[in-house]
Amino acid sequence: MIGSMSSYFQDAVSTLISLLTLFSFLAVIVLSLVWLERKALGRLQLRLGPTRTGPFGLLQPIADAVKLVLKEDIVPNDAERVIFWVAPIIVVISAFMLWVTIPFTPGIVVENLENMGLFYIGAVGVIGILGLVLAGWGSANKYGVIGGLRAAAQLISYEIPLIMVLISVAIVTQTFNLVDIVNLQSPVPFVLVLPLGFVLFFVAGLAEVGRTPFDIYFAESEIVGGPFVEYSGAHWAVFFLSEYINTFAIATLTVLLFLGGWSGPFLPSIVWLLIKIYAVILLIFWIRGTLPRLRIDQLMAFAWKVMVPLSFYLVVCCSVYVFYEMPWWALTVMSLFGLVAVGVIIYRYITAPARKVAEVRERLRSLQMTQEE
Amino acid sequence: MMQDNSENQTIDMMLNMGPQHPSTHGVFRMELRIDGEKIIDVKPHIGYLHRGSEKLSEGEQYHQVVTLFDRMDYLANFNNELVYCMAVERLLDIVPSRRTEYIRVILCELNRIASHLLYVGTIGLDAGAMTPALFSFIGRDRIQTLFESISGARMMHNYFKIGGLKEEVPTNFVSMVKDIMPEIRQDIDQAEKLLTFNEIFLSRTKDIGVITADQAIDYGLTGPCLRGSGVNYDVRKSEPYSVYSDFEFDVPVGLDGDCWDRHWVRIKEMDESLKIVEQAINNLPDGDVESSLGRRLIRPSAGEVYVKAENPRGEIGVYIVSDGTDKPYRLKVRPPSFCNLSAIEPLLQDSWIADSVVILGSLDIVLGEVDR
Repeated sequence: MIGSMSSYFQDAVSTLISLLTLFSFLAVIVLSLVWLERKALGRLQLRLGPTRTGPFGLLQPIADAVKLVLKEDIVPNDAERVIFWVAPIIVVISAFMLWVTIPFTPGIVVENLENMGLFYIGAVGVIGILGLVLAGWGSANKYGVIGGLRAAAQLISYEIPLIMVLISVAIVTQTFNLVDIVNLQSPVPFVLVLPLGFVLFFVAGLAEVGRTPFDIYFAESEIVGGPFVEYSGAHWAVFFLSEYINTFAIATLTVLLFLGGWSGPFLPSIVWLLIKIYAVILLIFWIRGTLPRLRIDQLMAFAWKVMVPLSFYLVVCCSVYVFYEMPWWALTVMSLFGLVAVGVIIYRYITAPARKVAEVRERLRSLQMTQEE
Repeated sequence: MMQDNSENQTIDMMLNMGPQHPSTHGVFRMELRIDGEKIIDVKPHIGYLHRGSEKLSEGEQYHQVVTLFDRMDYLANFNNELVYCMAVERLLDIVPSRRTEYIRVILCELNRIASHLLYVGTIGLDAGAMTPALFSFIGRDRIQTLFESISGARMMHNYFKIGGLKEEVPTNFVSMVKDIMPEIRQDIDQAEKLLTFNEIFLSRTKDIGVITADQAIDYGLTGPCLRGSGVNYDVRKSEPYSVYSDFEFDVPVGLDGDCWDRHWVRIKEMDESLKIVEQAINNLPDGDVESSLGRRLIRPSAGEVYVKAENPRGEIGVYIVSDGTDKPYRLKVRPPSFCNLSAIEPLLQDSWIADSVVILGSLDIVLGEVDR
């Protein structure tokens, strides 16, 4: 009796310690991401990025954090106070909850939920939307409401392809356990087996964390920050924190599901994992520095006309692959076929304006020729 | 059983955009009536930057009014100074030296490039791309540094005087301009290539904010906004002022009158401006830039004059009534931004909230000039 009590106590303490470790680890990760984003964007834009705070501006995120925490925390008069205060907490808790079951190496994980891992991620990932909608609604600001509704529409739409990709990976691997999924990728990473799944997951992931070109729900030039418009100081910092944690989570999941996770030669596995994650994150920052933003209707059309059908196609492919026990490259072929379909669809529908431009140029050329004659 | 739905009706939402909004290009306010994400109706409110420039100029001597024109369209200072100086010169019936005219044209065309470069940056920001803004500022900075070495100020130059220039340009003016020309060409490419044929940018601007040629003429649009609709009208060509008839250049024209065509016209215009600068700097005449009036007070004989010129934003007109004293009796400006902005209501009807920002950006207004 006493023994079981003490083991229960030990379990609780060890869980608490690992949770605290996770919390501080993620905080450090967020600081590194803030610095990396500012520096990478700066370099992309022919600027230096932060230079004044510490060597290479390394202390800039800390300066940012201190500034944000010291700032006055304003609550608008008309705001629903409870909702206004609860919304950031929901967002940040859901962001942290996602991390409970994400493994860094087979050993480093807070609580591997064994056969519930992917399921848990799919389930918890959706909670954050609630926080965004509440934040928009609670701040009694029209921009906030529009942003919150945009967030709901966008995140729910892109949740479907995201989960469908998770399901197709689970069908192929026959497991929900992330550690097993990574171990199964040791000869061939899934990016080669499911190239379509990789693209779908990455694009849906970008939309899920609201990164350019899908940063529609807080579009600065239109709705001035959307749900976050009335937040300042520490509350805004919490949103900021959860956004970066989510970005990191999407990058990590991309690496774990498709890029072979921690496997790699020579270096320790955790180093390999971090290298791959930061490579994906740099890609996200690069996209942010390059592309304009889509419009909400274009975004929704893209989700429902391109992403969702393709993700269902992927699930069917995976089922066929498992049912007929085909070799792995058969799945690659089917997946690539889907990617080509994406290409055709994009060419037909998304580039309609581009074709129109070509047409215009042709007409202009003929116009000039008639003038010359 | 019938349900009472009287309380569950959808009503339009009033959304106030501006004057403190990052994308209204200054202190401009739009009262949008929206249904979901669609704009039903828009009511523009201007006047937040009204400084009474026209009235103020009635209290200033003719020489002093130049500074007020600097502050109207603060992105095209030289062009504004030029049109005012031309108006007073016509009132006085004097002609500045050819060297003066050439230097004025060079500076004005460089200023046009600087202004359009800023436009490329802001339309990028409006569409959600932040990098073009920073790329375009490189070229703009080069031009402004040149302006600074000539006039002493990066903006608000106060360099054109009635009948001449404030002072002779630096001795290395020609080499300076020739040096930055290829660099500017490169900067323009760098800034606009990230945007112009980008798929997302095209989907955000093509067929958005369409205004037909007839409508554009009815609303009094000028400049790239009019030429984007396919109307070949440029004051530099149709009624050449200053020495523009000496140079060979084309007037780029769009076809559809949408945001992308207006964008494209501006991009092409920068090339044409470079052409003009190149011709002018290669044929820069020697001579004097001092005004024949010296530093005397100006007292034009009673009369009136209307002069128009092509600014980066469109046709600017200046109407001066003189009563024979040293101050204008009445001064009226026809600002291109104001007239272009008047088309915002038909342009925004039935568009999306996100489009409103891009459409406003494609009109490329300067509120300092709208409100004066």
